[in-house]
Amino acid sequence: MTTISSNCKRRIVGAGAASGALLVSMAAAADPRPWQLNLDKGVTPISQQIWNLHMAALWVCVVLGILVFGAMFIAIFRFRRSKGAVAATWSHNTLLEVAWTVVPVLILIGLATPATILTREMYNATDSQMTVKVTGYQWLWRYDYISYDGKPITKVPTVWSRLAWDSNTARQLGSTVSPWSVVDKQTGFHDYLLDVTHPLVIPAGVKVRFLITADDVIHGWWVPDFATKRDAIPGIMNDSWTKVDKPGIYRGQCYVLCGQDHSAMPIVVKVLPKDQFNAWLAEQESAATLDKAARTAQAAPQKPDPAKG
Amino acid sequence: MSQLDANVYYVPHSSRWPIIAVIGMFLFMAGAAIWLNGYDGPGQIVLTIGALTIIGMMFGWFGNVIRESMKGIFNGQVDTSFRMGMMWFIVSEVFFFAAFFGGLFYIRTFVVPWLGGAGDKGIITNGFIWQGFSAAWPTNGPDSVGGSFIATSPWGIPLINTLLLLSSSITVTIAHHALRAGNRKRLIGFLGLTILLGATFLGLQAHEYWESYAHLNMTLHSGIYGATFYILTGFHGLHVTLGTIMLIVMWLRCARGHFDREHHFAFEAVSWYWHFVDVIWLCLFLFVYIL
Amino acid sequence: MSSTAQAIHHEEHHQGFFERWFMSTNHKDIGTLYLSFSFLMLFVGGSMAMLIRGELFEPGLQLIQPYFFNELTAMHGLIMIFGVIMPSFVGLANWMIPMQIGAPDMALPRLNNLSFWILPFAFVLLLSTFFMPGGAPAAGWTMYPPLVLQGGDAIAFMIFAIHLMGISSILGSINIIATILNLRAPGLDLLKMPMFCWSWLITSFLVIAVMPVLAGAVTMMLFDRFFGTNFFNAAAGGDPVMYQHVFWFFGHPEVYIMILPAFGIISEIVPTFSRKPLFGYKAMVYAIACIAFLSFIVWSHHMFTVGLPLGAEVFFMFSTMLIAVPTGVKIFNWVTTMWKGSLSFEVPMLWAIAFIVLFSIGGFSGVMMALVPADFQYNQTYFIVAHFHYVLVGGALFAIIAGVYYWLPKWTGNMYSDFWAKLHFWSSTISVNVLFFPQHFLGLAGMPRRIPDYNVAFADWNMVSSIGGFWFGATQLIFVGVVIHCIFFSKHKAASRGWEHAYGLEWTLPSPAPHHSFTVPPVIDDTKLAHGDISH
Ligand code: HEA
Ligand code: HEA
Ligand code: CUA
Ligand SMILES: [Cu+2]
Repeated sequence: MTTISSNCKRRIVGAGAASGALLVSMAAAADPRPWQLNLDKGVTPISQQIWNLHMAALWVCVVLGILVFGAMFIAIFRFRRSKGAVAATWSHNTLLEVAWTVVPVLILIGLATPATILTREMYNATDSQMTVKVTGYQWLWRYDYISYDGKPITKVPTVWSRLAWDSNTARQLGSTVSPWSVVDKQTGFHDYLLDVTHPLVIPAGVKVRFLITADDVIHGWWVPDFATKRDAIPGIMNDSWTKVDKPGIYRGQCYVLCGQDHSAMPIVVKVLPKDQFNAWLAEQESAATLDKAARTAQAAPQKPDPAKG
Repeated sequence: MSQLDANVYYVPHSSRWPIIAVIGMFLFMAGAAIWLNGYDGPGQIVLTIGALTIIGMMFGWFGNVIRESMKGIFNGQVDTSFRMGMMWFIVSEVFFFAAFFGGLFYIRTFVVPWLGGAGDKGIITNGFIWQGFSAAWPTNGPDSVGGSFIATSPWGIPLINTLLLLSSSITVTIAHHALRAGNRKRLIGFLGLTILLGATFLGLQAHEYWESYAHLNMTLHSGIYGATFYILTGFHGLHVTLGTIMLIVMWLRCARGHFDREHHFAFEAVSWYWHFVDVIWLCLFLFVYIL
Repeated sequence: MSSTAQAIHHEEHHQGFFERWFMSTNHKDIGTLYLSFSFLMLFVGGSMAMLIRGELFEPGLQLIQPYFFNELTAMHGLIMIFGVIMPSFVGLANWMIPMQIGAPDMALPRLNNLSFWILPFAFVLLLSTFFMPGGAPAAGWTMYPPLVLQGGDAIAFMIFAIHLMGISSILGSINIIATILNLRAPGLDLLKMPMFCWSWLITSFLVIAVMPVLAGAVTMMLFDRFFGTNFFNAAAGGDPVMYQHVFWFFGHPEVYIMILPAFGIISEIVPTFSRKPLFGYKAMVYAIACIAFLSFIVWSHHMFTVGLPLGAEVFFMFSTMLIAVPTGVKIFNWVTTMWKGSLSFEVPMLWAIAFIVLFSIGGFSGVMMALVPADFQYNQTYFIVAHFHYVLVGGALFAIIAGVYYWLPKWTGNMYSDFWAKLHFWSSTISVNVLFFPQHFLGLAGMPRRIPDYNVAFADWNMVSSIGGFWFGATQLIFVGVVIHCIFFSKHKAASRGWEHAYGLEWTLPSPAPHHSFTVPPVIDDTKLAHGDISH
């Protein structure tokens, strides 16, 4: 298993490795960081707009919080009986009550309007130049290339994307391998539980449409940096899309509880510059003809031994 | 206002029936669960003990309340509390059925069209997973789970059943008026008639189920149609059964000379319940059989 | 009526232990049972939380297997919601509503006893699943199929336990409605009722409307698992998402069921310690009604990523955000009630103030999640875990504790230790933020919920959160001490009007309150209503 997969890994990654140096830079920015406080801007126009919306909403809440709690704490310090405050007896003020009903409404409309526009944009998967089918299994992802540049892709083998081996040994209960020792050689990123045997490879600057479904239970396909997120539901096909301009390695996780190894089915998307991707694609299609053994070996999703958790 | 007629409040004595009821329910459900998990022997035994406990409890508790009310120690306020209790209980029952109706509507307006290829989502769902499936109702899905089947026509037994239940609602109302007018013969007669109508309904329903299973291959397994059909009509049938049993109890009490022109809450409660069962059936007839 | 008078007399005196606690028709005893039960469950569910935080203390698996972790998560949620928050609110309703409306007891006392005793048995069914082949249910408290159907013997027990809990809370709510609508003392018309009664009246309608829907949802699950139906199987024309719609049609009102009574409690406490009438009483009532109504048309905000049609996404975004408005009205009214008051900060007031702040923080994150595009980044991350613990722990649980500290003197006739109660308050309020605030950061950094193990980048904040968790948990042991001391050992007797400026009928009764609250309807004095003088 290990040998085969590492062979295939070398082959599939192969072309990409050339651009390794270039990858280091931006890949790092995207990965989760220790003590990280806020959402990342991400790398797509959508993810950036979502970040703006998020910040707008956040500031609205901060300001409202300061106003409301501020008023309350002023009251707490000014009107305490220990300071001899005498209670007023009024209990109504129509103007005030109308004001604080109307103003929040306006604020909320102010937030919801851009959100509505953005939602429509996120739902518009038209004129995508590439289609990839994503299928969730307990506990791995399957990627099938459907079409590219209007031409159907037939020869590229299905990609079975499961938790990378080093993470898998480190994650076992009572494992002697420390999670901190799991490192991505290219980027130096500690990719414990965020690395896979075979990443999904897509071209940069191309609008890719993902058709997302599942085989057994509900899973969820999410790459935070793309803000591409959809439930993978057995028997139902959802779709989502992204257009990434920055080549790099982008990581996500299955976000819908799907059983014991829900925490162990990460998502890694490798975005290659268009020319490199085309090269990789050609290589795939030619390779597809030879060395069937490896492919059939992968073709059956090997479920992890439950005993090993 | 109702509380005005109570210058002293009434609070019932402590009672052993609630705790017995709980033990009954617990045994019943635990038994059912054990049984469902395939531990046959113990399952049925525990379940039966539970069921018997519940039945015994009902006789005990209701008998107790009836005796108290015969003694006339309930004041108008207690009566109102009982009425509210029954009313809101029926409301909760309505929402229980609403869950299944809601599911049915969602399936029919969204899911089946999607599977059949309608809309953006339908195109990919149908094109990549369920090629060749075209939406229709009734359906048992792309894999035609449970094999091909025939749905029962609304214009046979279901129509007759509708007429039966509707008329039973009328007869129970006539019986109620008779009770208010103090005309016992009429009361007992029409109440008995209501029971007969209810029983006939159940008989026909049972026959329809048998037909569907025996000749139409329309079973619980017949995909989403079979599932929604049987859960809705089944739970309704269960309620008709309970309603009929309650009507029988009322009939016996009337025969025993219980109730008078003013005090007959139990009777009214049962008739409300019966009307509720009737309304649910009308929705069923419309949304499950006709549409 | 002398016969009943004797009955009451008789009950007060020679009543055996079993008769008193198992056959009770007394709203106070039953209230006590409810509160004790939920207190016990807080520790059961809390211990699970401690195990969860323990496993999440650092990356890698140290304590438990992933599957068992999922069992803990699911059971923690179910226990805390159905075994802690809901029963304790019903317990408070049992104790206070009859006293607040001048009634002798609940309208249907025997039904009341039934409602309570169902619960312990339901939780025996639920907790017993830990010892079954296949273990406890492990698909989250939301129990989504198809995953939940992979469970072992637990499934049937879980479903029936939920049926029982549903019956219990429906009967309880029917009782509360009948009590409030039918047993109010003459002259206490609805718009003179204390806010707590109002909040519970409206909550009861929610319960009656949605618990049966949950029962329906799990019943379909039962049929799919055992009787070969295919409600949640697309191959047969069904859809797993159908369950989610039905579940959340229950689930969202459910979360308001867990907060409206809290609003009621806070609306009792704030005027008392501000020595000022509750600001905008009627607005408060309408706000609650409005929230209750809206809660029926927002359910899909839990499902923004399941692939709803665009129109649905937008509709549910707007309806969800709308709820911030009536909720805001409540917050503003509480603050304005304090404004120009004469404030003092006894223990209940401290908890009430903490409630206002913590609940608002939770609400704010709620509004952020209501924005569809933003929710795509938050959905199923720890940001949500932070949100709902702020509203459930900082909100519901804090309000319950505030209510206990407010009414404990009335119940027991004793005063509790001010020092320890304040220590409990400060320790809880600080640690709860250490516990849950960092979870916002984890969520935004991309950590999904319901995972036993995570990337090392999430290690630091998880450790902080876990430390806060143990701290908060340990702090709750103080609570136990304070309550036990107050009931059994406190020498410090409480006056009948426990708090100076605490109006409302319950404070006209002696402390501890007599066995049957009011044997004859009291006379209502409009200048002495719980929420202040409305005579002018
Ligand atoms: C007590 C329980 C409770 C309460 C009261 C709330 C209140 C709210 N909740 Fe929360 N929620 C939960 C319990 C609760 N929630 C739970 C348990 C979950 C997770 C379920 C699961 O998946 O397991 C959840 C999940 C949840 C989601 C789904 C997230 C996801 O899964 O992707 C969303 C999305 O919209 C949401 C929104 C809201 C909103 C808008 C409110 C609003 O009612 C909040 C309103 C309050 C305020 C806004 C603050 C005060 C207002 C002002 C100071 C006025 C001015 C403010 C503005 C104008 C913004 N909640
Ligand atoms: C309803 C109320 C409620 C309450 C009060 C709590 C209380 C707590 N919750 Fe809970 N929680 C939920 C409702 C609630 N939760 C729900 C609905 C979920 C979602 C479940 C799902 O995903 O399906 C959830 C999920 C949830 C998670 C996410 C699990 C996951 O996604 O994998 C976490 C993790 O930190 C957590 C932690 C805690 C902690 C630390 C407390 C603490 O406040 C608990 C404090 C109380 C105690 C600790 C008990 C008292 C003390 C002792 C027992 C003494 C022994 C302890 C010591 C000496 C340290 N909860
Ligand atoms: Cu797959 Cu979670
Ligand atoms: Cu909600």
